Amino acid sequence: MKMKWTSYPYLLWIIIFILVPLVLVLLYAITATEEHISNLEFTLDNFNRFLDPKYFDVLWVSVKLALQSTVMTLILGYPIAILIAKEKPSKRNILISLFIIPMWMNFLLRTYAWLTLLGKNGIINFIISQLGFGPLDLLYNDGAVLLGMVYNFLPFMILPIYSVLVKIDNSLMESAEDLGANKFQVFTKITLPLSIPGIITGITMVFMPAVSTFVISRLLGGGQYMLIGNLVEQQFLWVGDWHFGSAISIIMMIFILLTMAITAKFDTQKKGSRGLW
Amino acid sequence: MVGKILKRLYIILMFLFLYAPIIVLIIFSFNESKSRGTWSGFTLKWYIELFRDAEVLKALYYTVIIALSASIISTIIGTFAAIGIYDMCGINKKIVLNLNYLPVINPDIVTAVSLMTLFRFLRLEFGFVTMLLSHITFCIPYVILSVLPKLQQMNKHLAEAAMDLGATPMYAMKKVVIPEIIPGIITGALMAFTLSIDDFVISFFNKGAGITNLSITIFSMARRGINPVINALSTLMFTGLLILLLVINKRSTKNLNKEVKLYEK
Repeated sequence: MKMKWTSYPYLLWIIIFILVPLVLVLLYAITATEEHISNLEFTLDNFNRFLDPKYFDVLWVSVKLALQSTVMTLILGYPIAILIAKEKPSKRNILISLFIIPMWMNFLLRTYAWLTLLGKNGIINFIISQLGFGPLDLLYNDGAVLLGMVYNFLPFMILPIYSVLVKIDNSLMESAEDLGANKFQVFTKITLPLSIPGIITGITMVFMPAVSTFVISRLLGGGQYMLIGNLVEQQFLWVGDWHFGSAISIIMMIFILLTMAITAKFDTQKKGSRGLW
Repeated sequence: MVGKILKRLYIILMFLFLYAPIIVLIIFSFNESKSRGTWSGFTLKWYIELFRDAEVLKALYYTVIIALSASIISTIIGTFAAIGIYDMCGINKKIVLNLNYLPVINPDIVTAVSLMTLFRFLRLEFGFVTMLLSHITFCIPYVILSVLPKLQQMNKHLAEAAMDLGATPMYAMKKVVIPEIIPGIITGALMAFTLSIDDFVISFFNKGAGITNLSITIFSMARRGINPVINALSTLMFTGLLILLLVINKRSTKNLNKEVKLYEK
């Protein structure tokens, strides 16, 4: 059956709304500020500007926080995924949906609610002071932003690992045990290697939104807190320097594509045509 | 035994971590005072005020309208696109699939600024149309990604058999292909709807004067303190969704039990 033509409207859509916009961003990134589009001049100044320590620090902090939150979600989430995957089917469906349900509430609002929990007069400081310690500064610092990231992206780590783990044939673990492997060996020799595709998906699903966020940092880090996402937002919406903003966006994109390419290298069970790599 | 208790405790702690902010939000929707820090007595006034708050109601209206239109349009375009892509082969298929993947792997903010650049380049006025177009753009890939696997599971010869028996291609599509892939279409539509209703970043860059959605309203309120009316609205939406899930879950566990029984026979 010749059905190729049914995709043509979408091909047109791809060109207009996916390809052309990216080309335009690239064009902005390599040109200087000009009033009219016809007399744009080629320049790499926008990228040079980014090498300024002021901006480079922003990139460094963003990458550092994104890596930290990825590692933390992995450490916190992996045991959860294992514990749930070991439950009976009826019970594990309920447990795993309990990890999805929070995502139904607006994520800005959930992040904002942490202000109530972490604030000077907040619930956590109330408990701490009841224990006899002074009120702590829990808000508007790296720790608060990191907590916001871990909180928001934890389900993104748990879900892909869980869905790989439930598919592992139980008889594999059983036969390993029959052949004399202890629990630790079963984990390192069977469970962990087989769950690597889930871990890879989890890592990209956490790292990507974490490195590009500007909302979590704005809400929990305070108005002055700068991540690379905030820098892009600032350039496009407040400063109006679209050329520099585009250059930062391009750098961010390259960074993420590189990370994906590197993590995909560790993925031994490639699924062929699904991903970019 | 100790191990089991520890495991339970760990899961409970994680749930506490995930649900603490939600519980706080729900509790403070019944709080007498407007401040987010202190509790000053029980009230239902925010639930009544919600229906008088023009700003919030307008934002809710646009959120729902855009989510509905974006999910319907992207489901239609996406389903047809998936059928077409399924029929392609070789390098063309690979290119289209990878391009389709771009909005999925690109960070939200890059998609957002690139669309913003496009709309400015086209001199479109920022508002309802730009927001809707950008929502459709980020929804279609997810529809395609949930319809394609269903097409791959389908028996390729079914549609051919229908046409051998005299069905026109359109008729075969309606009677054979679509019913086979309908679960994928529904998943895709639901995914598009939830993505759209929850979106902040892409809407924030492509909004226009007077057109906002709930996320944008919440973000702009965050600086001066969020009106408890929003807490009330979110509580209502959250419990609504929860009830919906329970109903669906009850139905599907019934079906599951039936299947299990059949299997045991």
